[in-house]
Amino acid sequence: MSEPTYKAGKQPHANEYRLIFRNIDREGWDTSIDTYLNEGGYGELKKALGMEPGQVTNEVKASGLRGRGGAGFPTGVKWTFIPPNNTKPVYLICNADESEPGTFKDRYILHQDPHQLLEGLIIACFAVGAHLAYIYIREEFPEAAQIVEKAISEAKAKGFLGKDIQGSGFDLEVYVHRGAGAYICGEETGLIESLEGKRPYPRIKPPYFPAAMGLYMCPTIVNNVETLCHVKHIVKMGGEEYAKLGTPRNTGTRILCVSGDVRKPGYFEVEVGKITMGQLINDMCGGLKEGRKIKAVIPGGSSAKVLRGDEKYTIGKGDDAKELSLLEIPMDFDTLMACGSMAGSGGVIVIDDSRSISWVLNNINNFYAHESCGQCTPCREGSLWMKKISDRIVAGTASPEDVDTLDSVARNIDGRTICAFGEACSWPTESFVAKFRDELTADTKADLSGTLLNPESKLAAAHLKSQQEAQKTEAKPVAV
Amino acid sequence: MSFTVPQELEKEIDERITHYPVSKRSAVLPILHALQHHFGYLSEEAVEWTAAKLELQPIKVLEVVTFYPGFRQEAPGKYHIRVCRTLSCAMAGSYELMEALCEKGEIDRSAVSHHHPIAVGKDGKFSIEFAECLASCGFGPVCMVNDEFHENVTPDKVEDLLSKYE
Amino acid sequence: MPPAATDEKKPTAETPAVPMVNVQIDGQWYQFPKGTRMIEACRQVGKDVPHYCYHPKLTSPGNCRMCLVEMGMPPRLAPGQEPEKDGEGHQPIQWIPRPAIACANTVAENMGIRTDSELTRGCRHGVMELLLINHPLDCPICDQAGECRLQEFSVEHGTGGSRFREQKVKKPKNVDIGPRIRLDDERCIMCSRCVRFTDEIADDPVLGFTERGSHTVLAVHPGHELANNYSLNTVDICPVGALTSNDFRFQMRVWFLKETKSICTDCGRGCNTLIGSREGRVYRQTPRENNDVNSAWMCDHGRLNFHYLDSELRLSAPLVKDEGVHKESTWPKAIQRAATALKAHGGSEIAVVVSSRMTNEELFMAKRLIDTLGAEHVATVPRAGEPDAYLIAADKNPNTQGARLILGLEGDLAAGLDSVRRGVADGRIKAVVTLQEDLLTPEAGFDAQTLDGLEALVVLHLLANPTAQMASVVLPGAGFAEKRGSMINVTGRLQRLNKATEPFGQSLDDWEILRDLIQAIGGGNGIYLIEDVFKQLAAGVEEFEGLTLSKIGDLGVPLIETGETVPLLERERERIAKGQIVG
Repeated sequence: MSEPTYKAGKQPHANEYRLIFRNIDREGWDTSIDTYLNEGGYGELKKALGMEPGQVTNEVKASGLRGRGGAGFPTGVKWTFIPPNNTKPVYLICNADESEPGTFKDRYILHQDPHQLLEGLIIACFAVGAHLAYIYIREEFPEAAQIVEKAISEAKAKGFLGKDIQGSGFDLEVYVHRGAGAYICGEETGLIESLEGKRPYPRIKPPYFPAAMGLYMCPTIVNNVETLCHVKHIVKMGGEEYAKLGTPRNTGTRILCVSGDVRKPGYFEVEVGKITMGQLINDMCGGLKEGRKIKAVIPGGSSAKVLRGDEKYTIGKGDDAKELSLLEIPMDFDTLMACGSMAGSGGVIVIDDSRSISWVLNNINNFYAHESCGQCTPCREGSLWMKKISDRIVAGTASPEDVDTLDSVARNIDGRTICAFGEACSWPTESFVAKFRDELTADTKADLSGTLLNPESKLAAAHLKSQQEAQKTEAKPVAV
Repeated sequence: MSFTVPQELEKEIDERITHYPVSKRSAVLPILHALQHHFGYLSEEAVEWTAAKLELQPIKVLEVVTFYPGFRQEAPGKYHIRVCRTLSCAMAGSYELMEALCEKGEIDRSAVSHHHPIAVGKDGKFSIEFAECLASCGFGPVCMVNDEFHENVTPDKVEDLLSKYE
Repeated sequence: MPPAATDEKKPTAETPAVPMVNVQIDGQWYQFPKGTRMIEACRQVGKDVPHYCYHPKLTSPGNCRMCLVEMGMPPRLAPGQEPEKDGEGHQPIQWIPRPAIACANTVAENMGIRTDSELTRGCRHGVMELLLINHPLDCPICDQAGECRLQEFSVEHGTGGSRFREQKVKKPKNVDIGPRIRLDDERCIMCSRCVRFTDEIADDPVLGFTERGSHTVLAVHPGHELANNYSLNTVDICPVGALTSNDFRFQMRVWFLKETKSICTDCGRGCNTLIGSREGRVYRQTPRENNDVNSAWMCDHGRLNFHYLDSELRLSAPLVKDEGVHKESTWPKAIQRAATALKAHGGSEIAVVVSSRMTNEELFMAKRLIDTLGAEHVATVPRAGEPDAYLIAADKNPNTQGARLILGLEGDLAAGLDSVRRGVADGRIKAVVTLQEDLLTPEAGFDAQTLDGLEALVVLHLLANPTAQMASVVLPGAGFAEKRGSMINVTGRLQRLNKATEPFGQSLDDWEILRDLIQAIGGGNGIYLIEDVFKQLAAGVEEFEGLTLSKIGDLGVPLIETGETVPLLERERERIAKGQIVG
């Protein structure tokens, strides 16, 4: 294996540690299986097939790998949630519905290194005992769907898929399933419903935990694209060795995607927690535009709570407590959570001081109102309400109380919905109001206080009158 | 106008159905994709055809069709443009991109509404709509023209972009 | 009355096989069988949890979020750690900041539920406000007013005002979705009860949601309709004014309706019902839950088959025929006329055609009449039809079992009727009394010519019909909603009808007419009240022994074994066993 060289302008930054993205933007690399095999591809699959499935799971547990889709749940632990006395078929679904705003990592794996994903996926299927797997690719990646389907047929032709894989006795079929443009399909149980051909309404948990009652009411493991790729490297390195990457409890590498107001936005694979927000923004992304300051950063996809540029964050307790500025925050799961936000899907959106906070929040609210599936009350009604209030804040037709209403609507959604979309859509509003109340209020008009803009009562009165009149004319004369 | 699914297409659809050995209802999305790809949009007949194919009530197919913005119930232009309007792209200028595309592509969006998100240009060559996050946030503004994806499409590049589609 | 608290150690379930768990509800400890839904546990102890989407007969999607409650569990123990317990053996409860839906979650050992805490109240306020922001607030002109869950829960759990300042989402109104139902999408709260009913119970999945988010609408597919024979159940379970019945909408404000518990007499199932009436008029029938008969449903045909009670053909006074012309008469005169006409014939010349649509009490009086007359020819009109896979029985008569028991009929009922027909045709039978049967229908099979040859024809019926037209005496009887009494359904269950309205015009309860007729023919019989009839019935017919009308109760009692099962109930039991529904 030669040290890879990368395309002009696409060279990895010195702070990067390329494991998953080793072949992304690589000179001379293509998506064919031969290219992949030339670099020792499917070697880890062969290794895994020589192990006991439980052993593979144990390695993944030992690696400390946490899901890269957004929730950060330990992958190996998730796999062991399949009931031990299960007699039903087990399914595995790769979540390639990448749709959290600010996140753009899986797209490159799917388009440029499909066999890495397949190898990780086949190993995962072997570990959990799945003989049928689906890769749920978002509709907006039509080319990726073709590339992955081609990769599947190549892998099948070489005996890495299908019956009796590499003589191991293990059978597996994998199919691509394309979404059709719905953020909610990134939610595990919404995705499962979508794959069952229904509206992607998330299921209540309990009782419908996918590992026990998932696709077709059978145990189902849903893993993100990047997560499955890591599995291949865990098998290669061994769980313990892999766990040395990154920081304790936040092991391995992960891909951070930076967008917004930086000079050089892009994707960067780093060891988890080894890079601070400041290194990421200033060193790796070239800092902010001339004369601009950081107003805010959304650190883990647009549903993560916003962090203020000028705020101090206290992490740790007692003697271990320390104060960090935004730029000193290490980009790991636990610290970002301690700072009141989350690492989420790794999508970092930088907002400089030229931006109107009301406009930013309104854009986010627009997204979630559009994407709410509409199944449960708080999110269905609340997400559009929040959008409408922030529409008025931007338009200058809101009063200061509307900011309070906005916040309270968010709190009436948060924690009260069927799925995590409730938090996804309410956290932006909650955090923007908490951190930027002054700026939001500054866009409202005090003289609109108490104004009823809704002509509802007038309309209702008019409607009633017209109904009564209609009835009068309809009434038939009484026969004499 | 009668609705006929060509034999080749039906063959492809039948093959897709085999990907779902447990429940053929799962094939709703792939079938709708195949029909939309062929016909440009999903007519009422296409919905009924899909329902019959999968032995479902047509409402169960319509439920799915109307849920996903990726499915259209009206004919788009020859080239259908989707402009990302979500945060990072909006910050990078996707609303300006939309304006430029409408101007150069001669598309009037004034009649666009929640239920009719797509505007078709007067000669039917281009149609356009806003889409939510297309997952290329670092390289905005981005758009898709049919199945092709374009990054960093600042308004000054619009003329070049449209000229590629004849 | 709330069930016993734990210290009385009284189990709340009848089946001891299911282990019990200790649950604290609003500070008080109770025991429930494992697997009990939280919402049902709360209900059992008098702490009703408001809900929209939850329905015990349907699966629980948990979508309305109205039943969110504060919930707690015992603390998680470290390995080897002993649980800390109070004097009564309960562990402390760690309250969880995130509320839980009570509808789909089941109780667990040492669980705590707060139905009235700040968190729970806050959730209800929030959900109520959100449900109403896009809902039209034109309650005064909404047909659901008075039985609308939004109204009810607004009073109990709402905030009274709305902070909503935006334009509401516009949706289709007054949508014709089937022959009997109208949809107002703006009123729909997307609880999906109707969709689940059509998918899970009626096997007619024609309803669905289209669009998404706040714009979601309930719909039928263009060109299709919700037309199955159980469609009106969706109107009953719709908690708001989204689905309304074409037959009932805007006919009467529901708060004026008197509700009378009764049964449907449209077939042998005897679905339990509530009759909604006002000032002598029936406005609607709705199903009443009975898990041994009809679950919580009924068919549209049976439900709507009451309008004949107000029919223009309804007989309003006794009629006697003089010189070929019917004239209004008084009851004593008409009864006397009938008695005289019948007494002129010996028992071998008299036939009595009795309806299996009559109550047991009426049948008992009919039997008395038969005995008093010594009538040797007795028949009923059998009505065999097609059963369905849900509730409709093959027997279209509601009380065939009662008729067989009380009249002592055995064997082929059709043959019995045939023998009467032949007797009339060949002139052996010279007088016929027909009770609630029009003999000139295809199912009765008589023809006008042969009836014309009779010397006496006495008709007791509701409606002016061709047989009544030929009768020498017409006695106007009561409709099913106008009387008390009992019937035995096809599975052998004895059930009660109750009186919702007074008999039309001068018409009388059938048993009273028969009592008077018997009296006029054979003298006193000591019957003054319907209870007396039942008492004599219980004394005379073995199966009724020990029963009284009041002992039958609102849900009826099993009386005889017929071996019939109810397909809908069989499936419901399967779903309960699988834990899919509460039942």
